[in-house]
Amino acid sequence: MSTTRQAESTSLWRAPALLAVLVFLFVLEGTLSNAFFSGSWNSALGILNMGLLSAIMALGVNITWGYAGLFNAGVVGFLALGGLAPVLVATQPVPGAWEAGGPRVLLALAVGLGTLVVATLVAARVPRAWRFWAALLIISVGYVAYRALFDPAVIAIEANNPAKAGNIGGLGLPVLLSWPVGGLLAAGAAWGVGKVALGLRSDYLAIATLGIGEIIVAVMRNEGWLARGVLNFSGIPRPVPYELDLQGDPDFQARVAGWGMDLATASGIWVKLAYAGLFLVIVLLLILLSELALKSPWGRMMRAIRDNEVAAEAMGKDVTRRHLQVFVIGAAVIGIAGAMMVTLDGLLNPSGYNPLRYTFLVWVMVIVGGSGNNWGAVLGAVLIWFLWIKAEVWGPAVMALVTAPMPEGGLRSHLIESAPHMRFLAMGLVLLLVLRFAPRGLIPEK
Amino acid sequence: MDILNALVAILNFVIIPATAYGAQLAMGALGVTLIYGILRFSNFAHGDTMAFGTGLVILLTWGLQALGLSLGPLPTALLALPVAIAGTAALVLLTDRVVYRYYRQVKADPIVLVMASVGVMFVMNGLTRLLIGVDEIRFDDGARFLISVSQFKGWTGLDEGLALRSTQAITLVVAALACWALFRFLNRSRAGKAMRAYSDNEDLALLSGIDPERVVRLTWIIATALAVAAGTLYGLDKSFKAFNYFQILLPIFAAAIVGGLGNPVGAIAGGFVIAYSEVAVTYPWKKIAGYLLPDWQPEGLLQLLSTEYKFAVSFVILIVVLLFRPTGLFRGKSV
Repeated sequence: MSTTRQAESTSLWRAPALLAVLVFLFVLEGTLSNAFFSGSWNSALGILNMGLLSAIMALGVNITWGYAGLFNAGVVGFLALGGLAPVLVATQPVPGAWEAGGPRVLLALAVGLGTLVVATLVAARVPRAWRFWAALLIISVGYVAYRALFDPAVIAIEANNPAKAGNIGGLGLPVLLSWPVGGLLAAGAAWGVGKVALGLRSDYLAIATLGIGEIIVAVMRNEGWLARGVLNFSGIPRPVPYELDLQGDPDFQARVAGWGMDLATASGIWVKLAYAGLFLVIVLLLILLSELALKSPWGRMMRAIRDNEVAAEAMGKDVTRRHLQVFVIGAAVIGIAGAMMVTLDGLLNPSGYNPLRYTFLVWVMVIVGGSGNNWGAVLGAVLIWFLWIKAEVWGPAVMALVTAPMPEGGLRSHLIESAPHMRFLAMGLVLLLVLRFAPRGLIPEK
Repeated sequence: MDILNALVAILNFVIIPATAYGAQLAMGALGVTLIYGILRFSNFAHGDTMAFGTGLVILLTWGLQALGLSLGPLPTALLALPVAIAGTAALVLLTDRVVYRYYRQVKADPIVLVMASVGVMFVMNGLTRLLIGVDEIRFDDGARFLISVSQFKGWTGLDEGLALRSTQAITLVVAALACWALFRFLNRSRAGKAMRAYSDNEDLALLSGIDPERVVRLTWIIATALAVAAGTLYGLDKSFKAFNYFQILLPIFAAAIVGGLGNPVGAIAGGFVIAYSEVAVTYPWKKIAGYLLPDWQPEGLLQLLSTEYKFAVSFVILIVVLLFRPTGLFRGKSV
């Protein structure tokens, strides 16, 4: 890898040029109305907002991959875990839920965690041959105790107003506070996985994170007491005004009349612009922090470790520890994006977390944008997200054009119907082509 | 105490399904482990290769059914299997030629190959979607049961029934044949010995005149044949859904690592370890406890983990192996 990452001089104009292309695409989406563009600013801003969120996910992946060369295949799990935070922090408490079993659930979780800690401590102190059996014994006893405490508590919480609630309820705090909390949740999970899987072969981490990703999503689907599971949790509070409130506000009505716009459209655009501004601030803040970190002695050390682990180790750097650190930071950034995404949607839908969309597409974004370069990751993310969304529309349109000379019939309609699936094929090809012919991405690392 | 009924229940609900599932996992893990041994990377596209191959089998099965061809009591899919294997292997060899070969030549880091396999995974996923869509499909035909519950009760006079589905029996037969053929090939034939030599020590193998590209091609063909067979058997046993084949990637990787990456015997053992643990941990043991200890009335279902968390079992086993024996039970490679 070190051969592909040597600094070469590349044009300074690449990033501004890519930015200009992106602006141009979004203006087209907002103004032109034809088979390829919707001509609606609401749609353009909607894509932009998810694009900015994807940019934050890409930043998180770029920190672990670009700075340290670690492969995190569980982005979807850390994202979903971050999405739990708005529900737990920002929604109103559910009457009776805490009394029904809150302390018991906490006690059960403490017993579970304590079991793991005790097992680790004991395993480190007994002779090697007994290590496994000692840990197994402690964990078996601990698991029985945990289930005995946990199950009745969960049943009690889920029985509390099951039609409307059935979950533990939130703390009723401001929703913006839940974003860093989402980061903390993801960081905690990442620490656990990293502690076990780092320091071994490089693809063990990939496989372990693939597993934890699936497990976190499964937990969110099945643990109804947390956030209602597959029943979804809607009505998460917003940091920006609601469209309906805006439409009823006389000041806003007067201003919209001045612009000569339709009230419903204007309120939608207003809300989306507010989100876009908020997200942009976070993206820029994260880029600033990442760049500062990269230029600090710590960043130089990370790149030294990435480019030659053996040499860095010889210089007395604790490679495994540094890897753990950077893996946790990357996961935390993804967790923040997860909390922001749930806030934007106002909905936590655990069944919607698809690994192809939320793990591997984010990887395509980073590789295409330029691994190791934060601007590259961000611009690549917005570009790929735009193409991913529009490919669903463009695929059938292009296919209809291409197949126009064909006779009407089964094959032609099958081709047009399956055209939206083409985007998976297209993304795979884009990833393979970039990896092969431009491994440093659109905006290479400096 | 009713030991006989308890044994039958364990056989029916745990041993038989877990053995069939274990055989499917073992065949998948064999492919992963062979690719790891020869090409030295974890192939993330393996699950989607299984899905693509199974999709091909389904299309061919429909074609054969339309022509009125069948295998009598056996599922028609078995007739379609060799053709689908050939088709999928051709596609996989093409991906090796246009994608992986370059990274071998430049001696890229394994993680770059893993990344390339993610690209191939996307392509395979897209092709599967184009080919057959994302819906759930059942494609088993022929006889459904070798032994049905009522037959078994009639023969034995026990309260507890036992069913052996024909797909389960076919899985075991096909898996046994595949393993027998694979080990015979690896241990007896010249090409198989070349593969083992290449896996053990690349430089020495090159020195003794083994053609690396030929070894790689053989590896892909064998791994693909195993993957398509495993995918088809899994689809016959449960049902075909493209996403399930992505999810089965985790148990397959876990099986390969538990056995020791690069070690074929380990992959088979790993497949069964994962399958038995998964089924045993997610099975509600209340019924069996009722036979063995009639006086004890437990409150719950005596289920250690609900079925939705079956992937957690592979994950936990994976973690335990990584913690206590990173090279796996059978001492695979540890780079």
